[in-house]
Amino acid sequence: MAKVLIPTPLRQYAEKKDTVDLHGATVGEVLTALTTQFGDLRKHLFTDEGKLRSFVNVYLNDEDIRYLNKDKTEVKDGDTLSIVPSIAGGLYAG
Amino acid sequence: MPVEAPVATPTLSKEEVLRYSRHLIMPEVGMEGQLKLKSAKVLMVGAGGLGAPLGMYLAAAGIGRIGMVDFDVVDHTNLQRQVIHGTKDVGKKKLDSAAETMHDINPYVQLDKYDVALNSDNALELFGQYDMVIDGTDNFPTRYLVNDACVLLKKPNVYGSIFRFEGQATVFAYEGGPCYRCLYPEPPPPGLVPSCAEGGVLGILPGLIGLVQATEAVKLILGTGEPLVGRLLLYDALAMRFRELKLRKNPECPVCGDHPTVTKLIDYQEFCGLGRGQEEVVEATGDIDPVEVKQKIDRGDDFILIDVREPHEYQICSIPQAKLIPLGEVQKRMNELNTADEIVMHCKGGTRSAKAVDILKQAGFKRVRNMKGGILAWSDKVDPSVPKY
Repeated sequence: MAKVLIPTPLRQYAEKKDTVDLHGATVGEVLTALTTQFGDLRKHLFTDEGKLRSFVNVYLNDEDIRYLNKDKTEVKDGDTLSIVPSIAGGLYAG
Repeated sequence: MPVEAPVATPTLSKEEVLRYSRHLIMPEVGMEGQLKLKSAKVLMVGAGGLGAPLGMYLAAAGIGRIGMVDFDVVDHTNLQRQVIHGTKDVGKKKLDSAAETMHDINPYVQLDKYDVALNSDNALELFGQYDMVIDGTDNFPTRYLVNDACVLLKKPNVYGSIFRFEGQATVFAYEGGPCYRCLYPEPPPPGLVPSCAEGGVLGILPGLIGLVQATEAVKLILGTGEPLVGRLLLYDALAMRFRELKLRKNPECPVCGDHPTVTKLIDYQEFCGLGRGQEEVVEATGDIDPVEVKQKIDRGDDFILIDVREPHEYQICSIPQAKLIPLGEVQKRMNELNTADEIVMHCKGGTRSAKAVDILKQAGFKRVRNMKGGILAWSDKVDPSVPKY
């Protein structure tokens, strides 16, 4: 079981949860489990082709999965997966 | 030990020695360090939430020359977090208001005010005059611009960013270290990540993140300690938790990688998908003016008004006839609506409701329109008793 940390901007698509415990042998499997549970998250994390979006980074513990084995990176019990999207924050007319 | 004082560095006056005495008696700063601070030239981009604590503490610390770029004017909604400005400053240029506060804190500091919007034509010349740049901006195009200009000029970019109650900070482009594009190669498309005006921000948060940036700036000048390089600091105010993630240089990075493809500044509005502005996208989904919506209500037209804001925003103000379905729930709750219904959607300013309109249209709804300008425009044009936020 891995702990997935959901960042503030995406919590609205995950029933306001900040963490979710999920099963999966790889990062890809855990993220699939996540977007299966919260369908609205999918388009915020992945492109239509199923690629992780370039303004969303995923870290296994403190390491960027781009420098590990990407979505095939092995996940062990007790690992933490962080989703870290880019934020620009200040005051911006919306 | 010889004091390595740059040519332009004078000594400290008697008054300055007294002012900086708590630095001077500390070996990590001392006279040598204080003179380094005095001869340092730092450029702050933005005099808002992050710029407020930055400007005040950098001035207090005795940074010799501080440049500030900002073209905004102080308004009431700034005061919840931009503590460099006061109620008396509402309506003033942020530059003037900030400079006044900083000058009061420390009159020995030179302040350069740049009342311009930073762009690809002026960034390199401006940055070239300073030792480092502190990014306290609030939008993606400027962040990528600041990053690329810093990489091209080999100047450190002291980065901080905030959203609601979470913040990020790091130092980019320091001695060939990773840059913003190594972290995020591309910005999100407009609208996908909520802005602060939509999402809000805890007023204290920029204070903390701005001070992390100020600390890093001072450390870089002093050449002391371990700089926040190659590490992304994440702060969650609700959990009161700091975390640190590894930040690596991407060999494929288009601006600082082994084979850079970005060798001069580009059009950052276009890069961030804002080429012709978001307005057109909103327009294309079919807008309706708030005045017209009011007329429809008064006539008793058969239509449904939907507010896609969050429940806590609904509590601040609302239009009585509106039904609340937050944007994040539109997909799930569209079964509460009929595709043949006439529907008008609104939010705070019109961006989120435009997205909601798109969601319904894709699901086969035919008669959906977006109320132009949201409840802010409703307050302006229909009912001034509705408070703006």
